Amino acid sequence: MAALDRAARSFLLTELVMGFALTFKYMFKAKVTVNYPYEKGPLGPRFRGEHALRRYPNGEERCIACKLCEAICPAQAITIEAEPRDDGSRRTTRYDIDMTKCIYCGFCQEACPVDAIVEGPNFEFSTETREELMYDKNKLLANGDRWEGEIAANLQADSAYR
Amino acid sequence: MVADLLHFFTTHWLGQGIVIFAECLLVTGPLLLAVAYMTYVDRKVWASIQLRRGPNVVGPFGLLQPMADGLKLVLKETIIPSSANGILFVIAPMITFMTALVAWAVVPFGDGMVIADINVGILYLFAISSLGVYGIIIAGWASNSKYAFLGALRSAAQMVSYEVSIGFVLITVLLCAGSLNLSKVVLAQSGWFWNWYWLPLLPMFVIFFVSALAETNRTPFDLPMSEAELVAGFHTEYSAMTFGLFFLGEYANMILLSALGAILFLGGWMSPIPLEPFTWVPGLVWFALKIAFLLFIFSWTKGTLPRYRYDQLMRLGWKVFLPVSLFWVVATAAVLQFGGFLPVPGK
Repeated sequence: MAALDRAARSFLLTELVMGFALTFKYMFKAKVTVNYPYEKGPLGPRFRGEHALRRYPNGEERCIACKLCEAICPAQAITIEAEPRDDGSRRTTRYDIDMTKCIYCGFCQEACPVDAIVEGPNFEFSTETREELMYDKNKLLANGDRWEGEIAANLQADSAYR
Repeated sequence: MVADLLHFFTTHWLGQGIVIFAECLLVTGPLLLAVAYMTYVDRKVWASIQLRRGPNVVGPFGLLQPMADGLKLVLKETIIPSSANGILFVIAPMITFMTALVAWAVVPFGDGMVIADINVGILYLFAISSLGVYGIIIAGWASNSKYAFLGALRSAAQMVSYEVSIGFVLITVLLCAGSLNLSKVVLAQSGWFWNWYWLPLLPMFVIFFVSALAETNRTPFDLPMSEAELVAGFHTEYSAMTFGLFFLGEYANMILLSALGAILFLGGWMSPIPLEPFTWVPGLVWFALKIAFLLFIFSWTKGTLPRYRYDQLMRLGWKVFLPVSLFWVVATAAVLQFGGFLPVPGK
């Protein structure tokens, strides 16, 4: 009897039919994927995206060229050169990040004593050439100006846990 | 004037040539469009089964995606590997593509709507679909790559194995219809949809469909191009339009086998209900709907089933399908002979 049952099942393709019924049912279920370019998932305040160099509210750049970020960077993606400025304050003359080397570990922002280098919430900065990913100081400062609102809000939201 | 023109197109060799050329364009044009949109439907169906959205960015609902993909294939550089046999490497996709198109010559799209109304249509289709193996074998050999060669061997063995059972399926159908002409096969199924051969020959319909999956290297029989093992099988080394031709040929073959299924088992261009409002719909539309239905099952299958192992594939082909179809040929012949259902010749 068991053999007959098995034979009937295999000849009537019951398991196949059940599988097909299941996938057919799934065809009409709600989609679970986010409709990405038009609709984006939520990001936490600690999200580590594109880098930015921040300024103080009066427009002065925060970075004091201590080179802690350069020292800690495990991928050695950061290159800094510094000189005293005309008013005697210590500033960077060069602040480059090779975004093709960066591993987005966030050590640079952890190391920064003045919250100058931060990783912002932007993750959509793909380029068509490799050269465009060699960020210099101007690009990073521009990023900071562009994303300051979001970055400040994220730092504020996360400050209670630091 | 009109009579002269008619005379020119029906009797003069040039006129007839022009007519045949126009007919071919009329078939291949929509066919290639159907192939393009088959890829779109495929992707949409798989996406829905996996709760994804599928292409939806290029054009409304992603409807221009196939065009974008096609354009990409045309614009890319064709790379011919230095160790490949250049001539054969280029000829192989052409063979695959041409055999997929040539077969459409005998497919009746409606009552009398057929390019070549020959009386051995089924035989012709069978022969042409066997020729398709050459494209694949040559591609695998000419690529001079291990993946491509293994893929080609698998594909060839698989297509040859399953062609045997397709042959027996065709024999049962032509026993019932009493003709090798595809139009006559369709006409023999006239009547309500339960008169079509899918119901009286249900097991053969299933075998035909599964063999069609194997013939076209579709899941669950996509071993020749199983990504995890063979990269892309016989077309691993192909790029740009040479790959595009394989792709088009494969999908055209799928549509062809769906058309064959519609003709042999689903009453071709016939309306499922032979009553007034349904018979007003042109036969071409019914035929297209039936093909679309079978193609949907193709995509559905790909979304549902995992891949067979190679020995399972061979076991299914030789130890299950071959005996079952052979038995069914004998059974059908016996019923026709002793039950008095033999088709009357010439009718």
